[in-house]
Amino acid sequence: MIRSTHLPLLVTLATFVLAYALCASAYPSMLSTRVVANLLTDNAFLGIAAVGMTFVILSGGIDLSIGSVIAFTGVFLAVVLRDTSMHPLLAFALALMITTAFGAAMGALIHYLEMPPFIVTLAGMFLARGAAYVLSTESVPITHEFYDVLQGLYWKDPSGGRFRLIGGIMVLTFLVGILVAHRTRFGQNVYALGGGGQTAKLMGLPLASTTIGIYAISGGLAGLSGIVFSLYTSAGYSLATVGVELDAIAAVVIGGTLLTGGYGYVAGTFFGILIMGLIQTYIVFDGTLSSWWTKIVIGGLLFAFIVLQKGLTWATQARRRTTTGSAAHS
Amino acid sequence: MIGPKHSTFKRILPQLLILAAALAINLVVFPDFFDIDFRNGRLFGNLIDVLNRAAPVAILCVGMTLVIATRGIDLSVGAVMAIAGATSAAVVVEGHGWVTALLAGLGAGALCGLWNGILVAVLKIQPIVATLVLMVAGRGVAQLITEGKILTFSNEGLIHLGAGVVAGVPTPILVWMALGALVIFVVRRTALGMLIEAIGINERSSRLAGINSRVLLISVYLVSGLCAALAGVIVAADIKGADANNAGLWLELDAILAVVIGGNSLLGGRFSILASLIGALIIQSVNSVILLSGMPPEFNLVIKALLILAILVIQSPRISTLVYMLRASGPQPQPDTAPLPKTQKEEAQ
Repeated sequence: MIRSTHLPLLVTLATFVLAYALCASAYPSMLSTRVVANLLTDNAFLGIAAVGMTFVILSGGIDLSIGSVIAFTGVFLAVVLRDTSMHPLLAFALALMITTAFGAAMGALIHYLEMPPFIVTLAGMFLARGAAYVLSTESVPITHEFYDVLQGLYWKDPSGGRFRLIGGIMVLTFLVGILVAHRTRFGQNVYALGGGGQTAKLMGLPLASTTIGIYAISGGLAGLSGIVFSLYTSAGYSLATVGVELDAIAAVVIGGTLLTGGYGYVAGTFFGILIMGLIQTYIVFDGTLSSWWTKIVIGGLLFAFIVLQKGLTWATQARRRTTTGSAAHS
Repeated sequence: MIGPKHSTFKRILPQLLILAAALAINLVVFPDFFDIDFRNGRLFGNLIDVLNRAAPVAILCVGMTLVIATRGIDLSVGAVMAIAGATSAAVVVEGHGWVTALLAGLGAGALCGLWNGILVAVLKIQPIVATLVLMVAGRGVAQLITEGKILTFSNEGLIHLGAGVVAGVPTPILVWMALGALVIFVVRRTALGMLIEAIGINERSSRLAGINSRVLLISVYLVSGLCAALAGVIVAADIKGADANNAGLWLELDAILAVVIGGNSLLGGRFSILASLIGALIIQSVNSVILLSGMPPEFNLVIKALLILAILVIQSPRISTLVYMLRASGPQPQPDTAPLPKTQKEEAQ
């Protein structure tokens, strides 16, 4: 039996399959592993950040800071590797520590000051972007042999597709994200918090550590995403990845996660990312459409999925009303 | 009417003090800050610049204040600015007059506002999400209108709106002041303002009390869209071109910041447009300090972030109860009220 909570995920899957079939019927070469491999590589940084965003949205919050955190991580790595002789692995660890602590601090502000996540992460967005500007306003190239080694790591499919390291990191992040969301106590707490903060509190869930943990994960994954982005572009630029938070939110919603929190799947976000990547790939293949069509189509999809969610909520409420009779007469 | 006036003054006093402090820092870093000249039929001076440059955010925050008062938020204003600017530019490039162009821009803004309003009021989608759709798609639509180029124009009338002078004062200053005065007059001399506050405090009970919250919510988003359109046309007129990518970029955040600095709660309810307008001036004064002091403009964002954090801490419900408890646990004339807060405080520890 299909439960209504599964329906958004199924619709996402159906959309993806349908979109891919449409693309493939127009351009048969889109079925090649080369395109699939590039789809993973090009969307790796967005996918990693979107995993963190999924957790935040599942808990009923929002994190507007991730685009800035990605840019900050990129600039931080570039500046550190340029000015010191630190090994990139150590710099990666340092960057992850900073971004995780940054996310945790935002989570603490949200929990202890009881302020809306929207405005706290807005301040975080300004702060991270400002910190990136202060480090460097110019694009700093990264020329370290270790970067060349990492960028040279790929598995070549017999038919020509190159599955690169960063695509693999994204897939791994999604797998770990799925496990954490559905197989750990922390994951259960996230769902409970999104289902209703007051109820979760009455059930005795550790609200403080859960909230701080969620935003720490989001910050840390944004940091990882920044590392991947710097591997992808071989540079750190403080004006990069403006608006990635919106793409990530869109991917999460298209992936079938309810924006009010409590319902959704990390796996859905994966297909949300792939759908968005597919639109871009189609526009590249077409060649006559301009890139701004991406924004319009994503906006349209976003709208369609929000309306779908709303319809499902109504349907569930209506059914509950008929089964419980006068209980819901208010 | 001494009573209400006195309370208005009391309401905006913190904002006035912050503004005075920001202007004083301006004076420290740039001693000629308050000098105003009259040259070539136009007022010149740093103070005039602050008022002029604050225009887009000031216009946006008028609509944003009303939206936030209903417990909503409008993330799409930046994108709507781009759409309206692009529409006006496209109309004027086709050879129509500036009045038609302005009306077309406002019409586009009204449509966007109506769309947001229907999503929020009829489909009952959370405002952040509902306006996110237009924020994401809006710039694409604007680029569709400009066909991916920066549409430049040389229509005197339209340019006058953004870069012109009326009676020695730059037009944008007059526009935002007039708009602010008009909206304040309308919401405060009628019951509208109170009804909007009622929706923000508790939409359900306001509906039960007979307020047509659906129509009011739609009109509030409509006003926000109109304000955004006006700001967009002014910005486009100022640079004599419509830039779909950068017009109004991140201005929604500045507008929200202005409203928050104005002491309006993001959780809806009581609002003061006057305080928001002063908030917009505060933001511009801070920008001006950074420019005049020769500090790298990169610090702008960091300072804004710290400003938000400071306000968050002050506005936080947790802090205000803490302050209340500290005050209550101090020396009290009545002995029977003192023990209660104390025990609560001990529990908190």
